[in-house]
Amino acid sequence: MVNILFIEHDGSEHSVEVSTGGSVMQAAVTNGVPGIDADCGGSCSCATCHVYIKEQWLAKVGELSPTEEAMLSLSTDRKDNSRLSCQIQVTEDLDGLVVTTPEFQF
Amino acid sequence: MAWLLPRLSFSSRFLSLPIKLNRRQINVLWGNGSMSDIASGEEPKPSKWSMVGKDPYAMPIDKIDLSHPGIWRANEFLPFMERLRSEAPVHYCAESAVGPYWSVMKYKDIMEVDTSPHIYSSEPTIGIVDSFEEFTLPAFISMDPPKHDEQRRVVQDVVAPANLKNLEGLIRQRVCTILDGLPVDEEFDWVEHVSIELTTQMLATLFDFPFKDRSKLTFWSDAATAIPGGGVVSNQAERWEALQECFAYFIRLWNERVNEKPGNDLISMLAHGEATRDMPQEEYLGNIILLIVGGNDTTRNSITGGVLALNENPAEYDKLRAEPSLIRNMVSEIIRWQTPLAHMRRTALVDTELAGKQIKAGEKVVMWYASGNRDEESIERANEFLIDRANARQHLSFGFGLHRCMGNRLAEMQLSIVWEEIMKRFHKVEVVGEPERVYSSFVKGYMSLPVKLQPLE
Repeated sequence: MVNILFIEHDGSEHSVEVSTGGSVMQAAVTNGVPGIDADCGGSCSCATCHVYIKEQWLAKVGELSPTEEAMLSLSTDRKDNSRLSCQIQVTEDLDGLVVTTPEFQF
Repeated sequence: MAWLLPRLSFSSRFLSLPIKLNRRQINVLWGNGSMSDIASGEEPKPSKWSMVGKDPYAMPIDKIDLSHPGIWRANEFLPFMERLRSEAPVHYCAESAVGPYWSVMKYKDIMEVDTSPHIYSSEPTIGIVDSFEEFTLPAFISMDPPKHDEQRRVVQDVVAPANLKNLEGLIRQRVCTILDGLPVDEEFDWVEHVSIELTTQMLATLFDFPFKDRSKLTFWSDAATAIPGGGVVSNQAERWEALQECFAYFIRLWNERVNEKPGNDLISMLAHGEATRDMPQEEYLGNIILLIVGGNDTTRNSITGGVLALNENPAEYDKLRAEPSLIRNMVSEIIRWQTPLAHMRRTALVDTELAGKQIKAGEKVVMWYASGNRDEESIERANEFLIDRANARQHLSFGFGLHRCMGNRLAEMQLSIVWEEIMKRFHKVEVVGEPERVYSSFVKGYMSLPVKLQPLE
């Protein structure tokens, strides 16, 4: 099992425990973590599962595909540590992952 | 401090009137002008292309043509879409008033098209009517990256949630004023008195458009997408006149704002934004029309559509009364159910394959959002209006991918506020007559909806 900590914009924390295989987005959505909309259901087509990856995890979550980059590049609140959480697969490597969610999804 | 210096060289480009656009450019603004009179330039004639009154199951499937507005106005489109979804999910219509085109009917295939801009281009137009390249008003909805991205980035902040937070109070205040001014226990037209009034006020706010002239925004927007003879303008000359007036007005506003401090309204953003302040006149006007139209009939028709849907599904209205916290979810379901823009069109850049069909470069590919939103293979119980459904946000009405509607949160906010305030005042917004639907296979909406208000006891 993998533990992921979601921190909302206002500081509220939500810790979830999930098995590997799904995406970080799914980990949030199936556990009722607020702040992630996932309007497209996880197909990298809406950018409403936007999260910020805590610094030390950035390398571990892997590279952005061109499609993810294209979607994120249009995002108003894009930062260097932005990712679309539907594109990050949950693996054992990510046990203890910390992400923050933006104030808004758009 | 560049804004302190008047951009005389740019403004002077705009001082030249009359606008150098000819009638054909106006006709094909988005490629959604009248289909029957693109060629002739005359008034629309009664059409041999109409499918009204026909049984989609009693005709050869290759004769089915969704493009003609007849079945949309007559509310007969559902069984046509159903047959195609089931028997020809990627369907070629060889002959129509708009020429040959592919129809994409299923949710998954629509997603594939929408998210593949390198295969399916938004240029030269996203409407089903072909535009003439030299006569089209460019706007970023019908552009591909990188130009699309540059322009969208400039304007989208005005409708980003951070800014919407600032607008919420004003919107609510306006909704309350409108609702409080409505007659109770007396029949009136919901479209005119609520749907149009509210969305027009919203647009005027976004543009910082003179409030007293706001009805012009509605008229110009409707004129831009109307089919002459369909009730908005009688003929192309009238449409051209309306749009001329629109352009002149917006050019004046640009000239004023370019010399002022950058503001938070759309015009100021365009006049000052890096990527847009030197844009050619045609592009400015194209983007203005895009923003007016994008924010106009879609939201309007969703406001109306929600009232109709709840009346047609009284158990859902009961659910809403019992549980007003369902409003947010209901708003997504209303937008799915209404699908205010029935389709969006793309053009294949290369030969490609979709669901086993071979599409050739240059061919027209039409994503029927109205069909995808009823696809039971992707949406559970898709043909039921369920205000508490799970995954309500996963509908196609806003599109997906790079072009996903940037006004989506604004639309949702307006709809949520409208329903919150309705529920505080009225037991029922009762539909008391038949709706009149828009004559269009693009704009899926209502010309009128007779209602009567029942107050809370």
